[in-house]
Amino acid sequence: MFLPHRLMCRDIFISGLRSMCAEEKIELTSQLQIHPMYVFRWEEQEQAYLLLYPEGIVKLNNSAGHILKYCDGVRCVSQVIDELEQEFDQQGLDEDVVKFMEVAHAKGWIRLKT
Amino acid sequence: MPKAGSDLKLDGNGKPLWLVLELTYKCPLKCPWCSNPLGFEDYSNELTTQEWKTVLRDARKIGSLQLGFSGGEPMVRSDLEELVDEADTLGYYTNLISSGVGLTKDRLKELKRVGLKQIQISLQHNDAAKNDAMVGVKSFEQKVQCIEDIKSIGFPVVMNVPVSRFNIDAVEDIVKLAEYHNVEFLEFANLQYYNWALLNRDELLPTIEQLQHAEAKVNEARARLGKNMTIYFVIPDYFDGRPKACMNGWGAIHLTIAPDGSALPCQEAQTITHLEFPNVKDRPLDWIWNESPAFNAYRGTSWMKEPCVGCDEKENDFGGCRCQAFALTGDATNTDPACSKSPHFDMIASAVENARVTGRPGMPLVMRTRGAVSNLMKKVCA
Repeated sequence: MFLPHRLMCRDIFISGLRSMCAEEKIELTSQLQIHPMYVFRWEEQEQAYLLLYPEGIVKLNNSAGHILKYCDGVRCVSQVIDELEQEFDQQGLDEDVVKFMEVAHAKGWIRLKT
Repeated sequence: MPKAGSDLKLDGNGKPLWLVLELTYKCPLKCPWCSNPLGFEDYSNELTTQEWKTVLRDARKIGSLQLGFSGGEPMVRSDLEELVDEADTLGYYTNLISSGVGLTKDRLKELKRVGLKQIQISLQHNDAAKNDAMVGVKSFEQKVQCIEDIKSIGFPVVMNVPVSRFNIDAVEDIVKLAEYHNVEFLEFANLQYYNWALLNRDELLPTIEQLQHAEAKVNEARARLGKNMTIYFVIPDYFDGRPKACMNGWGAIHLTIAPDGSALPCQEAQTITHLEFPNVKDRPLDWIWNESPAFNAYRGTSWMKEPCVGCDEKENDFGGCRCQAFALTGDATNTDPACSKSPHFDMIASAVENARVTGRPGMPLVMRTRGAVSNLMKKVCA
């Protein structure tokens, strides 16, 4: 077995290594899903949603976790916004949600449903 | 609600997020840069399936998330599938680190079925004869077939190329081979000099010119391939003047379990001979991680000496690697000699310089084999 330098200094903070399609715009009608490279799930010990990927971990903050929770490849962006506004009893979240989705998309965490 | 660029970072918060199980030191290959102990043949008491399962359960309880199955060659263990199954059920993200030898299509299918997420497979050269000479065993065709099988079963492929002076000039051709096989992640892993690699360092270390040439070729390939392939190429600590932030700090986020159940803060930790590493068969893992003297020996910064103590980079690189400090200076609390501020930096600089001279043209390499090395003379005649 050989242990590479990258693994000896595993950078658990880098989340943008697999960034792709940064220029693509997110439309309200887009259906987004978690990129199959990632496992998205709740982690009890961290009390947070996580994205796990080859040799990496991203701990999501509360808002990010809840947004990704609805990126199931079925709901379109406007439906995700509706769900979040209902869940958190808030209005006018669309701009923030779309902005985050663009970040998540650029990082490769989510992709347009194929 | 979210702002772009929200803080999405995760530090260990004192948890061993990364767990590596070295299931066995057995391996069909004879790589002369192997990171396993020089005395690997002395470890015959591997943990049983049930003992590994206990480790998996206990490590989850103290926060482990990412899991690497490693070795030796983990495919040697016939219970690998059972362990992956257990690990996946417990909620780990499971990675397999293999040479590809013994990784048959049937076993790949079963590993996929039980939840394995990722496979890292090693290849040494795009030239079959050179690859086989480097690992001491005919294996090139099996490795390439394995890459094809991994793809066809739907795993992402991470191809790992341990880089020495013997393959660094082939970087461009290796990229082409990876491209041909639609590899998603290609890692050129410049060797780290511990154990077998340290033994063979004078033969393996590339020159700085070779390294710069390879880096330029990697950058060309990155520009050409864009998002189709992610290529890792980290300038190794020997050439950087800066020590690596090894393991993100001793006992910070990383836990390795050796084949016999010894718990280690990193794979190389047993090279620090005066530390006594606790065994999962004798002690609870929670105690091992949090309380044991070995895991606390170099945790944090209180163990540091000058120049680390007064250095404003100590929170970033933790003084570099404890094992490298011990291996080269005999004192694990010394600054890693790879740091240009270390009083021992000359040792690294002269090794790098020596590589240019190709000082020992007549010397062979010591392949990782039983009985290849002995410490008896030092013990008996000291």
